[in-house]
Formats: sequence, structure tokens, C-alpha cells
Amino acid sequence: MDMMEKLEILTASAKYDVACTSSGSERKNQAGGLGNAVSMGICHSFAADGRCISLLKVLMTNGCIYDCAYCVNRKSNQTRRAALTPEELADLTMQFYRRNYIEGLFLSSGIMRSPDYTTEQMIAALELLRNTYHFRGYIHVKAIPGTDDVLLSRLGLLADRMSVNIELPSQESLGRLAPDKSKSSILKPMSLIKEKINENRSDLVKYNHAPRFAPAGQSTQMIVGATPDTDFRILTLTEGLYRKYGLKRVFFSAYTPVVEHSLLPALDTKPPLLREHRLYQADWLLRFYGFQAGELLDEAAPNFNPLLDPKCSWAVNHREQFPVEINRAAYEQLLRVPGIGVRSAQRIVKARRAGALDFAALKKLGVVLKRAQFFITCKGKMLEGLKVSEHTLLRSLMSGQELAALEPPQYEQLTLFDDSDLAALPAAGAAVHKRGDWP
Amino acid sequence: MFKPAALAYTYDGSFEGLLCCVFESYQWKETPLAIHSDGEEQGLLLESKWIATDSSRADRVLKSLPLRICPEAEELVRLGFWSCTPDRELLLLNFLYLGFTHGRKVMNMLADDTVNTLHKAVQQLRREAHLYLGFVRFSVYGPVMAAVIEPKGFVLPVIQDHFCDRFYGESFMIYDKTHRVALIHQPGQQAIIPLEEWIPPEPDAAEEEYRRLWKGFYNAIGIRERKNDRLRSSLMPKRYWKHLTEMKGSTTAASGGKLTGSSKKLEERSLRLGDGDGPFQS
Repeated sequence: MDMMEKLEILTASAKYDVACTSSGSERKNQAGGLGNAVSMGICHSFAADGRCISLLKVLMTNGCIYDCAYCVNRKSNQTRRAALTPEELADLTMQFYRRNYIEGLFLSSGIMRSPDYTTEQMIAALELLRNTYHFRGYIHVKAIPGTDDVLLSRLGLLADRMSVNIELPSQESLGRLAPDKSKSSILKPMSLIKEKINENRSDLVKYNHAPRFAPAGQSTQMIVGATPDTDFRILTLTEGLYRKYGLKRVFFSAYTPVVEHSLLPALDTKPPLLREHRLYQADWLLRFYGFQAGELLDEAAPNFNPLLDPKCSWAVNHREQFPVEINRAAYEQLLRVPGIGVRSAQRIVKARRAGALDFAALKKLGVVLKRAQFFITCKGKMLEGLKVSEHTLLRSLMSGQELAALEPPQYEQLTLFDDSDLAALPAAGAAVHKRGDWP
Repeated sequence: MFKPAALAYTYDGSFEGLLCCVFESYQWKETPLAIHSDGEEQGLLLESKWIATDSSRADRVLKSLPLRICPEAEELVRLGFWSCTPDRELLLLNFLYLGFTHGRKVMNMLADDTVNTLHKAVQQLRREAHLYLGFVRFSVYGPVMAAVIEPKGFVLPVIQDHFCDRFYGESFMIYDKTHRVALIHQPGQQAIIPLEEWIPPEPDAAEEEYRRLWKGFYNAIGIRERKNDRLRSSLMPKRYWKHLTEMKGSTTAASGGKLTGSSKKLEERSLRLGDGDGPFQS
């Protein structure tokens, strides 16, 4: 099999892994080395699906001894198999990197023979890159559940980021679709990585040159839409992972049917991209906006509204906290206003030191007034001429794309407030009807 | 702040030259209605005043920036000068008037039109420079590597440190076709120098092979069920495609080369970038 064929097979098998960032690691080049790592991360290209390409994302092999139902590489799937040797992989990485095609390597693998053997192969490839070629670029490597702790520790010293995929957000789903994996087999390496990172952090305080263990932290991925798990469950789990395991990122992957299976959505099911998008928006709210999962969803309304982004949904349900006065509100309060992001909040805080801000000024600072106007005052006043009725408010909060995505009959439903899409907004519906308490 | 004078300044197009325009304006307490770089089309029927570049004057203006405004102002002005915003000279002059009046506070006046326009211009330049950290494609010709880019703003000085650190031990060149300058690097040496034209040599067999493998990878990594051309084009606009190995031969890539009026202007201006040593380091 020639190189081209191998590369195509191993890339196609790796593409469902969505982690693509090359961020979180800052490393300068040094004499005799090639490459560096930039903490903000660099996208080198964008694939036809619009996703960023930052790393050479391949598997060492797509052969696997496991039989997870959702996975293209599962043992029982009839597919072409290929494998790269550590030498081939290192050469390809170096050559692509020199040409500035990539920011580094994302290495995962099907499980050949045993988790330990697979990890040893990965270590061999990374040692070749780091020690023989003196590669200083970014490396993200997948920790294979079931691998010996000693091997995992060696792997972490060679990589910038490690990840263990959770894939399915509950024990039940895991039990049904991935019988060879268990919650504990996934969480065990995750906590080992966390311990090693913490240990390493204190070592670095003591010894300047302690080798760095996964300096860009660890991440994980969950498949969305392959099982009946709710958004609430996924987001609560996400929050727990940030808190308990100190994860840097949790990625969500809209399930794309790749194999026929009685327990899985039919092959012609479209990947739930909007749902994935909402989860990423909510994830952002957790990491940068000071929200908690319990504020965004609960058992009664366990899924995100497809028509409104999570922040708008929250704001519509918590009108008692609005409007906020732009010239006085704390940064944390500004962050909770729909239409104000991290950047505009920072700009507001900075610009109001030079003078009081009005609506025209906010527009210049990049605030999306279309959404923010309902939730703010400038110098004590709402936007002049602003009318808030049930139609204008919710419609203004939806983006053009979301409105366009609605089928024509659903336009009608918008005004009724009793359809399933808007069911996640019970309080909003109620509040809209008693118009008196809304300024 | 001064009386608007019915005249336009003309300068040599260098950063130092622009600083001399600022000096001139303060010296005569006059505000020009336009500032043109030498050779640029001059649309207005204004009397033109030639401002000679004098490095001692330029130096005085430059030194006053951190003292009378703040150290960050100097960076902002330099980046503003490299941006491709129209009438950037007049914009920078107006910004400096504000800066010398309000001092450090000017950096917070984000809602002011001049400050806002300058910030947006700088942001655009920074964004483009960041994209080029990823979108530069080197070809390997034996012991040297070379890449061609066609940026709108003058990004080479912004991306210089990144590439020189990353490829510390390599000999490479990044040719900016828009501004006709090249960043040239050899271990221990680097410079941005004017270069009229540069045509990449034919690739050898190994280079062809890695290009082919990269294209193979690029095509294999996209998920068919999620195809989204609009998203791709917004994250990787088509004007970059011409020089991206993986997009070559792509249907719309060829149309990126047409010259619009403004980019023509840019090209002419850039010819003179070689005169002053402002943007150049050695």
C-alpha cells in the first residue's frame, strides 16, 4: 500500500475526532530544533466542512480489537485497514510542518493487540519526533484507556496535550454501545493525567528545568445525538469535568451515522449540528462568562431551545436582573447581557473610564444592539423608541439564520408560544404576557 | 485642533516621513486636508506641500509618543501605519492630535470616531497577520524554503518574529507580492528588503509528492455530511486560496488575482517602503 492510500485511510478514520486546537502551550524554538508552540493556537487551513485544520490528525492504525457500536474502526466493521510506522509518521509530520501546512501532530490510534502495545508505538513515534528530529511544535496525543500508568506518564512528557474520549455521556449509553469500555476505565487515565499535571506544576516551582507534563492540559470529547442523553446531562457532566479533572476543553461531536446498528440512529439521520452548536455556546458560557450548568438548564427543561442561543434563553427567563446600566454595571453583569461578549464587555469597561457611553457608542464598540437593546440602559434610559412586544423581543433575539431555518408553518407557531420549540421558555412566555413588568 | 489649511502634504511614504508631517503640522499650527505619499494619485485640487524626511524631526515626534501619551501608543501608531485603511496618514495625524491633547486617556476613548477607526484598522491588520501565521505555504527547494503571500496590510513585520523563531535553523523567504518586499532569513540573520518581482522555481519530485500528500490529507479530513462552503469561505476567505497548496486547482481560486483600484494604490505605495528604515529591521 502506498503512502497516499495509508494517509487517506488513517485520516478518514480520525476525522470524527473533533479536537483540533493547538492552543495552551507556549514554547520557543532552540538551537538545533525545529518549530515552536503558540499559546493562542493557529489554524492552518479549513476543511470543506468549515472545521479548522491545525494538526496532522491521523491514527497510527485503524485496526482495533474493540467493537464500539458508534465507531467506524470497530472490529466488526468491514473497512480497509492500514497502519503507519513511527518512522513514516515522524517524517510526514516534519515535512508538513516545515512547509507550514500544520501546527503539529494529533495522534490517536485504534487499539492493536493491547492498550499497552498501542501506547508503546505512539511513544516510539513521539520520541523520534522530539528526541531525534528535535521537533518543538505542538503534539496532542490520545491516551488509550487501559494503558499502564508508567507508559501514560512517559507519553505525557512528550506531548503538549492529552485527551481521553468519554464519547458517551452516561454509564447506560456506554454499556449499550461500547461494551469494552467502562466509565472507570475512562476516568482512571483522566485522573492520572490530572495528578501528573499538578505534580509537575509544583515540580516546576522547585526546579526550573523539570520536564513539562502535558503543558496544554487535557481534553475530552462527547458524541451528541447517538444516545437519548439530554443536553442537561451533557452540560452537567462537562461542568463536573472542568471542576473535578481540571480539563482544558470538552469537545462535542454531532453524531454522524457511519455504521448500521439497531441501537443507533438510522444511517440517513443528519448530524444534529444545531444541537452541537448550542452545546458549544453553553460551554463558552461556563468557561468565560461565569455561568453554571444549573442556571442554563434543569430537569424540567433539559434541552436547549433550538431557536434561541443559551444566553438569550437565560436572559429572557431572568428579566428581573435587567436592565443593567452600561455605565455602572460590573464586568460580570455586562457579560450576562445578550449581545455583549467578552471583548465588548472589556471595551465597555475601558471606554467608560474616558466618558459616559450612549447607544451609538456601544454600537461602535461592537455590541450587538439588536439583542442587547432590550436588556440595557445608557445613562439611565432605554433606547428611545424601543417597543417590546412578544413578537419583537423573541424575533429580535433570533439570528437571521435561525429564522431562515424555521419551516414556514413554524413561523405561525412563533406567535402562539405553545409549540415544542418554545417550550423551553415557559417563564419567558409567561413574562411576555404580563407586559406590565417589562419596561 | 489647528486651523484647517487648504493644502495637502506630500511625503515619501516612509514612517519617518509621516512623523515629519506631524512635526510640520505642529510647527505651522495647520491641519492639512490630505496627506499623500509621493506618486500616489492626488484627487483633490489642493496646493501640495512637500514634506522632506528629516530623521532628527521624526525622532523628536517618535520620542514624544511614550512620554506624552503612553508606550502602547507607539505600537498602535506603527501598526496603524502598516494597516491598509484608506487615508491612514490623516487618521494617524488626527489620533496624535487627540493623544497630545488628552495624554494616556486617549487609549480608552474607544467610542471616539478617530480612535475607533484606528483601533479597527489595527485590529484588521492584526487579524490578517494572525491568519498568515497559518496560511503561509512554504515550498522546499533543496536547502531553502520560500513562500508567496498577497496580504492587504503590511503584515511581514508583524509575522517576522514568529517565523524566524519557528524556523530558526532554516533559510527561508516570504515574498509579499502586494507590497513587493520579502522577509529573508538565514540562521542568525534576517531582513525585510524590497524585491520587485519573484517567481517561484519549479518544484522537484519530493516537493511535488508532499504537496500531493497534503492535498490527499486535506480532502480526507472533511466530513461530507457536514459540508459547509459558506463557513469555510468566511473562515478562510477566497482571496487567500491562490497561494494555498490544498486549494490550488479549486474552481474559484483563480479569480483572486484581479487588481482593484485600492490594491493598485497599495502596490504603488509599497514601492517606496524601501526608502525609510521604519518597517525594516536587520
